[in-house]
Amino acid sequence: MKENEKPEKGNQIIEEAAQAEYKYGFVTDIETEVIPKGLDEDVVRRISALKGEPEWLLEFRLKAYRHWLTLKAPTWGHVHVPEIDFQDISYYAAPRKKTAGEKKEIDPELKKTFDKLGIPLEEQLRLSGMAVDAVMDSVSVKTTYRERLAELGVIFCSMSEAVKDYPDLVRKYLGKVVPYTDNFYAALNSAVFSDGSFVYIPKGVRCPMELSTYFRINAAQTGQFERTLIVADDDAYVSYLEGCTAPMRDENQLHAAIVEIIVEDRAEVKYSTVQNWYPGDKDGKGGIYNLVTKRGLCRGDHSKLSWTQVETGSAITWKYPSCVLKGDHSVGEFYSVALTNNWQEADTGTKMIHLGKNSTSTIVSKGISAGHSQNSYRGMVKIAPKATGCRNFTQCDSLLLSDTSGAHTFPVIEVGNDTSVVEHEATTSKINEDQIFYCNQRGIATEDAVGLIVNGYAKEVMAKLPMEFAVEAQKLLSISLEGSVG
Amino acid sequence: MNALKQYIDLFDECRALIEQQSPALLNALREQAREQLETARLPRKGSEDYEATDLEAVFSHDYGVNINRLPFDADPGETFHCDVPNMSTCLYYSSNDAFHSSPTAERNIGQVVVEPFSMAAVDYPELMNAYYGKLARLSDPTVALNTLLVQDGLFIYVPDGVVAERPVQLVNIFNAALDMMVQRRLLIIVGKNAAIKLLACDHTQSPDYHYLNNQVVEIVAMQGSTVDYYDMEESTPLTNRVSSIYVDQHEGSNVLIDGITLINGFTRNNYHVEVNGEHAETQLLGMTIASGEQHVDNHTFISHNAPRCHSNEMFKYVLNDKAVGAFVGKILVKPDCPRVEAYQGNRNLCGAPTAKMYTKPQLEIYTDDVMCSHGSAVGQLDEDALFYMRTRGIGIEEARRLLMQAFVADVIDGVRLDALKDRLHYLVEKRFAGTLSNCASCMAACRKN
Repeated sequence: MKENEKPEKGNQIIEEAAQAEYKYGFVTDIETEVIPKGLDEDVVRRISALKGEPEWLLEFRLKAYRHWLTLKAPTWGHVHVPEIDFQDISYYAAPRKKTAGEKKEIDPELKKTFDKLGIPLEEQLRLSGMAVDAVMDSVSVKTTYRERLAELGVIFCSMSEAVKDYPDLVRKYLGKVVPYTDNFYAALNSAVFSDGSFVYIPKGVRCPMELSTYFRINAAQTGQFERTLIVADDDAYVSYLEGCTAPMRDENQLHAAIVEIIVEDRAEVKYSTVQNWYPGDKDGKGGIYNLVTKRGLCRGDHSKLSWTQVETGSAITWKYPSCVLKGDHSVGEFYSVALTNNWQEADTGTKMIHLGKNSTSTIVSKGISAGHSQNSYRGMVKIAPKATGCRNFTQCDSLLLSDTSGAHTFPVIEVGNDTSVVEHEATTSKINEDQIFYCNQRGIATEDAVGLIVNGYAKEVMAKLPMEFAVEAQKLLSISLEGSVG
Repeated sequence: MNALKQYIDLFDECRALIEQQSPALLNALREQAREQLETARLPRKGSEDYEATDLEAVFSHDYGVNINRLPFDADPGETFHCDVPNMSTCLYYSSNDAFHSSPTAERNIGQVVVEPFSMAAVDYPELMNAYYGKLARLSDPTVALNTLLVQDGLFIYVPDGVVAERPVQLVNIFNAALDMMVQRRLLIIVGKNAAIKLLACDHTQSPDYHYLNNQVVEIVAMQGSTVDYYDMEESTPLTNRVSSIYVDQHEGSNVLIDGITLINGFTRNNYHVEVNGEHAETQLLGMTIASGEQHVDNHTFISHNAPRCHSNEMFKYVLNDKAVGAFVGKILVKPDCPRVEAYQGNRNLCGAPTAKMYTKPQLEIYTDDVMCSHGSAVGQLDEDALFYMRTRGIGIEEARRLLMQAFVADVIDGVRLDALKDRLHYLVEKRFAGTLSNCASCMAACRKN
C-alpha cells in the first residue's frame, strides 16, 4: 500500500463520524421574551430597565457601549469569524416570567430541558451534592441549594439578584479584572450582559460543594452575553464548574461572555469548563461563535487560580482564560483539552502575567484536530522585571487525526529578569501507528483504540476536573471523536 | 514619522546617478520596489513579530549613502589578514559595499565563480536574470529598500557537480569616516550535486561612527547540493544590521546556516527557508552572546512545501547587562506533505536582572503524518553546577564562563568545518572573558596572534 493511501476502514469510520449527531440539539418549547433585534443606546437602557438595575450599572453599560462603538472586531486570531451583523442579533431573551401569585417554581418544560441535559436540578441535586445556577439564553433560571450555602455566608446567585441584594459587592468588583475597555467583545458584553452568576466566598470559608452553572442558548437568533464574577476572600476555597450546550440551528449564534475572578490572600479558586456548544453540522453550517474573555486576578499573596477546560463544541472558539499573578507566591494553572472536528476552529490558550515575586504557573494544553478543523494554541507568559524568582512550565501538544486538519502553536515568552525560569515545550504528531496496531492485535477495534489513546493523551488534564465533570468530559471526547480515525 | 521617506526622496533625486552606476538588471526591479515602499511602513516595536524591535528607529538615523561609488582609501587586504588557522580559504573583501578579491581567491579558479554583479551581469546574464530578486520578498520594506538602492553585490556560482575544494570567505568591513548605510547583496547559486562552504563575517574598523548594513542574501540550492553558510557578526556597539536570508531548497539538498552574533549594536536577522523538494535537509543554527546594550533579534521561518523533508533549528542566547534578545521561529508544514520532521529549539540564559528575552516559537501544521516539536526555555546557570565547580577551587567568574561556554557549545559543534569549529570555540572563550576586541577580528583573528 502506498504511504499516503488510507486504510479502507478509516474512510468508513470517518463517514460514520461525520454523520454522528449532536446529542444536545433539541429546542425547548418555552415562551421566551425576546426584545427586538438591533443595538443602540435605547436597547442598552431597555435591558437595564427590564432588569430593574440601579443607575450606576446603567452608566457602566452606557460607557461600555460608547466605547464599543469606537472599536473594531479583532482579526488576529487563527480563526475565520465572518463579519457579524451586530444589528441582526437580539440582545435579550428571557424565559417569560409567570404572573404574580403563581408558585415560584421552575417551568416544567424548562426542567425537562435540564433533565435532558442531565443537569441535576432540584432533588437530583441533593443526591449529587452540587449547587447549580442554570442560565438559559440570557437569564438565570434558578439557583439551587442557596439556603444551605447562605448558612456559611457563601453567596451564589444570579448576577441580577446580586445587583439587587449585594449592590456594594458587585459594584466593588465588577469590571475590575476585565474592564469594558479590554477588547471588542468585552465592551459589547459589558454593554448588554443580561445575566450570569455571582459567587462570593467570605473569609476563611471552604465552600463545601462544587458550584456549577449551566449555560444554554435556546431561542433562535439571540446572542448570549452572560457575565460571571467570582470573588474568593482571604483563605477561601471554591471549585466552580461551567457547562454549555445549545440546540442545533442552521444559523450561527454568538456567545460573548466574560468571567472575572478575584482571589485574595491564600485563597484558591478552581474553575472548570466543559464547553459543548453546538459545533455546526458536518459541512460547517451553523454552530456557536464562542468569543469569551476569561481572566482571573490572583491579588493576594499565596493565592491560587486554576483553569481547567475541555472544549469540544462551538464552530469557533476564541478564548484565553488568563491569570494575572499579582500576589507574591501566587500560583496560576491552566489545563486544557481542545478537540475540533469537521470544520470547527479553535484558537485558545492562556496568558500568565507574573507581577508578584516567586509566582509560579503551569500550562498544559492538549489539542486534537480531526476532519477539516483548525486547532491553535496561543499563549503568553510574561515575567515583569520586578517579579523575581518566578517559574513557568508550558507544555502544549497537538494530535492530528486527519491530513486535512491543522494544528498550530503560537506561544509568546517575555522574561524581564534574571532569576526567573520559563520553559516551553510543544510537539505535533499523529497517533502512533504502532500503538494502534498493538491494540488491534489484542482485539481492540481501531476506533476504540483511538478513543483509548486520545483519552490517555488527555488524561493529564482530565485528572484535574472534578469527578462529575470528568465523567461527562470523557464521554464528550469519545462522542466528538467517534470514528475520526484518519 | 516615516523613516522610509528620506530614502525614497533620495532615490527620486538621484535615480539617474544610482542607475548609471549599476548593472541594468538591478535597475529593472527598482520601480517595483519603489511602489512597494510608497505604502509600506517599517515595523515599530510591538508590532507582530517585532515585539522588541523598532526598525523605524534604526532606519530614521541620518546615514550617508555612497551613491557615487567613491572608492575608500584603505586597502582592506592590508588591514585584515583574515585567516582561520589550519584552514585555507579563498578570501574576498567587501569594504562598505565594494568588493575586492585577494590573491587567495585564485585557489578556486575553474571551480567556483565569485564576482561582483557588474561582472556577472555580463558573464552569466541568464543566471542573474533567472534568480536575482526572485526569492527575496519585496513585501518586506527592508528588502524593498535594499532593492531600491543596491548598486552592486556578490555573485557566487558553483556549477553542477562541482565540489568546491576550499571554503569561500567573505569579510565585510565598515570603514568610513562618517555615518553610513550600505545595501549588501549576495546571490548564491549552487548547482546540482555541487557543494560549497561559505564564511561571511562582518566587522567595523572605525568604532566611532554609526553604520547600518541592510543586507539581502538569496541562496538557491539545486537538487542534491550541499551549502554551508556561516555568518558571523563581530562589529561595534554603533553598528546596526538588518539581514534577510532567503533560501530555496530543491530535492535532496542539504543547507546549513549558522548565524553567530558576538559583538554588535542592533541586529535583526531574518531567515526565510522554502523547502521545495523531497528529502531536503535544513539546519538552522544561531548563537548570540550579548552584553552592554546589544540588541539581537532572530526571526526564522521554515516552510515545508514538500513531503519527507527534515529541518532542525537551534538558537541559543546568552544575555548580560542590558542586552535584549528576541527570537521568533515559525515552522510551517503545508497540506499534503507527509513524513516531514521539523524540530526547533530556543534556549536562553539571562545573566543580569536588566537583560530581557522575548521568544515566540510557532508551529503551523496542515498535515497529520509529521513529527514536529519546538521547545523554548529562559533561565539561569545551574546553581548546583556552579557550586560543584567552586568546591573544586574554580572561582565564581571562571565557573560561570565555563558553564556559559558549555551552554553554547552545541551550536558551535554543528559547524561542519573542524578548523572553524576550533576557531569559534576560541573566539567565544575570548568573548566571555571580555578580551575579544574589535581588532582581534574575523573568524580569523586579524593580524595573526
